[in-house]
Amino acid sequence: MTAAIELNAVEKRFGNVGIIRDLNLSVAQGERHAIIGPNGAGKSTTFNLISGHIRPSSGEVRLNGDVISGLRPFEINRRGLSRSFQVTNVFSRMSVWENVRCAVLWATGHRYAFWKNVDSLPEVRERTSQILDDIHLTHRRDVPAGLLTYAEQRELEIGITIAGGANVVLLDEPTAGMSHAETDRAVALIRRLTEGKTLVIVEHDMSVVFGLADRISVLVYGHIIASGTPEEIRRDPKVKEAYLGEEAH
Amino acid sequence: MLELIVISTLNGLLFGMLLFLLSSGLTVIFSMMGVLNFAHASFYMLGAFFGFQLTKWIGFWPALLLAPLLVGAIGMAVERYGLRNTHKHGHVAELLLTFGLAFAIEEIVAMMWGRSPVDYRVPALLDFPAFTIFSTNYPAYKIFMLAVSIVIFVALLIVLKRTRVGLIVQAALTHPHMVGHLGHNVGRVFMLVFGVGSALAGIAGVIAGPALVTQSDMAAALGPILFVVIVFGGLGSLPGAFIASLVIGLVQTFAVALNGSLASAFGPLDPSAGPSVLTDIWNVTIAQVAPIVPYLLLVIILIVRPMGLMGTRES
Amino acid sequence: MNATTTSASNISGKSAGDSLRFYGVWLVGIATLIVLPMIFSSGGSLTSFSLIGIAIVFALSYNILLGQTGLLSFGHAVHYGLGGFAACHVMNAVVSHGWPVPLPFIPLFGGLGGLAFAMIIGWVMTKRAGTVFSMISLGIAELVASSSLILRSVFGGESGISTDRTALPKMFGWTFGPQIQVYYLIAFWLVISAIAMYALTRTPLGRISNAVRDNPERVQFIGYDPHVVRYIAFCFAGFFAGVAGGLAAINFEIANAAYLGAIQSGLVLFSTFIGGVAFFFGPILGAILVTYLQLGLTSVTGVWQLYFGIIFIGIVMLSPGGIAGLIMMHRPLARAGTLQTVIPSYVVAAVPTLALACGVILTIESIARTHSGQSSPINLFGVAFTPASPMTWASAAILIVVGFFVARLSWRRVADAWDRAATIARDRGYLA
Repeated sequence: MTAAIELNAVEKRFGNVGIIRDLNLSVAQGERHAIIGPNGAGKSTTFNLISGHIRPSSGEVRLNGDVISGLRPFEINRRGLSRSFQVTNVFSRMSVWENVRCAVLWATGHRYAFWKNVDSLPEVRERTSQILDDIHLTHRRDVPAGLLTYAEQRELEIGITIAGGANVVLLDEPTAGMSHAETDRAVALIRRLTEGKTLVIVEHDMSVVFGLADRISVLVYGHIIASGTPEEIRRDPKVKEAYLGEEAH
Repeated sequence: MLELIVISTLNGLLFGMLLFLLSSGLTVIFSMMGVLNFAHASFYMLGAFFGFQLTKWIGFWPALLLAPLLVGAIGMAVERYGLRNTHKHGHVAELLLTFGLAFAIEEIVAMMWGRSPVDYRVPALLDFPAFTIFSTNYPAYKIFMLAVSIVIFVALLIVLKRTRVGLIVQAALTHPHMVGHLGHNVGRVFMLVFGVGSALAGIAGVIAGPALVTQSDMAAALGPILFVVIVFGGLGSLPGAFIASLVIGLVQTFAVALNGSLASAFGPLDPSAGPSVLTDIWNVTIAQVAPIVPYLLLVIILIVRPMGLMGTRES
Repeated sequence: MNATTTSASNISGKSAGDSLRFYGVWLVGIATLIVLPMIFSSGGSLTSFSLIGIAIVFALSYNILLGQTGLLSFGHAVHYGLGGFAACHVMNAVVSHGWPVPLPFIPLFGGLGGLAFAMIIGWVMTKRAGTVFSMISLGIAELVASSSLILRSVFGGESGISTDRTALPKMFGWTFGPQIQVYYLIAFWLVISAIAMYALTRTPLGRISNAVRDNPERVQFIGYDPHVVRYIAFCFAGFFAGVAGGLAAINFEIANAAYLGAIQSGLVLFSTFIGGVAFFFGPILGAILVTYLQLGLTSVTGVWQLYFGIIFIGIVMLSPGGIAGLIMMHRPLARAGTLQTVIPSYVVAAVPTLALACGVILTIESIARTHSGQSSPINLFGVAFTPASPMTWASAAILIVVGFFVARLSWRRVADAWDRAATIARDRGYLA
């Protein structure tokens, strides 16, 4: 079966600085894959490369077998890949309801329609309601997104990401800055919402990583030094030396 | 013909240096603070009018010193009490503030000095022909303007390359956020930069006033050309602004000096073609088109290469 | 485009009360338009109302760009002007060729004129947003305005293109010679344009435009190309601006370079921003206010443009949400019943603020009148001040200094009262 995401010999240089060097990654369909690594290793850059925000200097990125490197983000999104952001990236002046509704509009086929009243589209309404229920924000539906608590904003962020029905979901540090309780809630949410989908997640919280992921890749200085099951990663000496070993657990 | 070329080149270079005096301040302000200062050309105008008024009261040479300082002070006040408070409302609000300011300043100037040109004269000391090229006398005042521009240019270069403040400004040109993170008193630096930028515009006004027309609409006339220069040269690049200033200065001057139309070159169109868009274009002279050329350049550059010639940032 | 606080009424199952209120507002608006000339029937009033009607359509079209999609254009008058020229050319053609097109259809051609230009330049213009877009709009506006003096056959040179609105085929016997008929034509087009533009905000395109305004990067990751969204919004804005231009051409029976100029672009920017970009009714308020100010101030002072600039700066610095923003800010308080806590402090603060304003007016008028050679007295609240007399300067100085310091104190009291009222409103659940 074709891999959901494939990066082959991807390189990214900014000026003369090589941020990503010979990156090879393969994520299978339906897999939950975590990318970990020290700060500055290039995790967000990798996400940006996959989601089309930036272009690889060389190498290729494939989604479900098709080459997507060089496509623009919305083109990639329409092929079934969606992502969240490290810095909360919601539509701050619109209400929670409006935020989620915008995220379902394309997937429900309404595109750039300027002749339909968006309030009178039942499937849009139902889907938005459903997602709000899933992320437990129904009681906050009218609040402007910019006024939510941090954890609520992160949850909304996840909601917007999966609202379009994408099959491949990239989550960039979804639990960053959350307390233990909030993190547990978020992880349960992620697990439920990405059931049956392919998930790639960047995380620093090791409990989240080891609890959620089927496979883990370790990114150090723009290069994947190890890739495998959580057990394999835990035992890998290279990983211990480069990353885990330096952490105070 | 040769005479025309030489004189136009001199005038073009002069105009270019003047544009650079203005665009350098604008580029630095824009790069550091992210604000496109619509009122920059208005500070130029204030410099000219302050120069005119102070010359009447205390003579040209004291005015040359005092007027830019006044304009600089006004600039600092604008930053401190205006921009700093609007910053939290976003870039659009800052842009609109400078836009409103430009408007208000023009009206104030028109109120105080009227809308006709004022008689801002070249000081007697410099009112003689410097040299004669072919049959035209080239005024000494223009050489003086060129000299002042070059001196300021060199001074700017030294300050930027050799002083600490200059280093900070250079850094802020491409990475404004970092400058704050490094612990510099960003507020004070901004105020200083804005003040100096405005003072530079003021000096340009003081010296250009007698040579060009000093009138309440001079800011509105020069403003768009200024934007063309900094967009053309690249938002955030001083060398780019320099090259662009000279190029635009020369192009504008030559366009106005040369004249003629397709009609004068190729003969009139068949009269049976009648009045239409075609005859309009055929008969248009270069001088008529000259004012449009900068905007044409602006639009083309923004479409093709929003970074400009040498810019490092898009916005 | 309403603030998020009113989106409560848009969730499935609008409450009957909200629907009634919503349609009620529109009906009251339409009724007002119909009844207005019956109450104020002087020629001057009719002209004012006509001008205001045109200005409202223009400002609403501008807000499609600014408030809805986040595009700050300095050249919106281009579409307005081209609409005006298109309307004039079509009217003249109708008369000379004898086509059966009565006058009420002409604004549509104005709209098409504005739309055509928007479609041509819009794709390239909307590639970028932000400052780059603003500067391109400035460049294009100057380009078109300058070209208008060169392309005489299209733009008629300095004198423009004139037309006769009474020469078109009659519909129901209306000649549209009298101003009142023109007013009702403008009112008609105002209503259908406003309804259309409001409806646009309720469409998928309208919602996504808001998203593009707030976060264009994110919009890509929900499947939309921000460029396409901006382009379509740009075309709509151009169309309705053209309609406004067409109405103006009908009203003045002429279209000239001034229609396209920087002043016209600046005015619509002022109107929309002062009114408030975040609410649909903001530009309506702004257009009414600015047109009235323009008409009223020109007869009282020679420097009305300066006052405009000062008011604009004031709004940008003190209330970037415009007048609509100010009003809507108080809605939660009103609904929570705490508005009365704040009103007395407003009244108190109004006095020194008004004094400060008077001092500024005295200063400006004195300077203006001295320099323009006028010596007519400045009339403020029935008191006549001689321009530039020592008495006037002294009064101005006192009003400004005392007014400023007392105003500062009184506005602090307002802020305190506001805090108290807002806290109560929050407790009662009316404020997030």
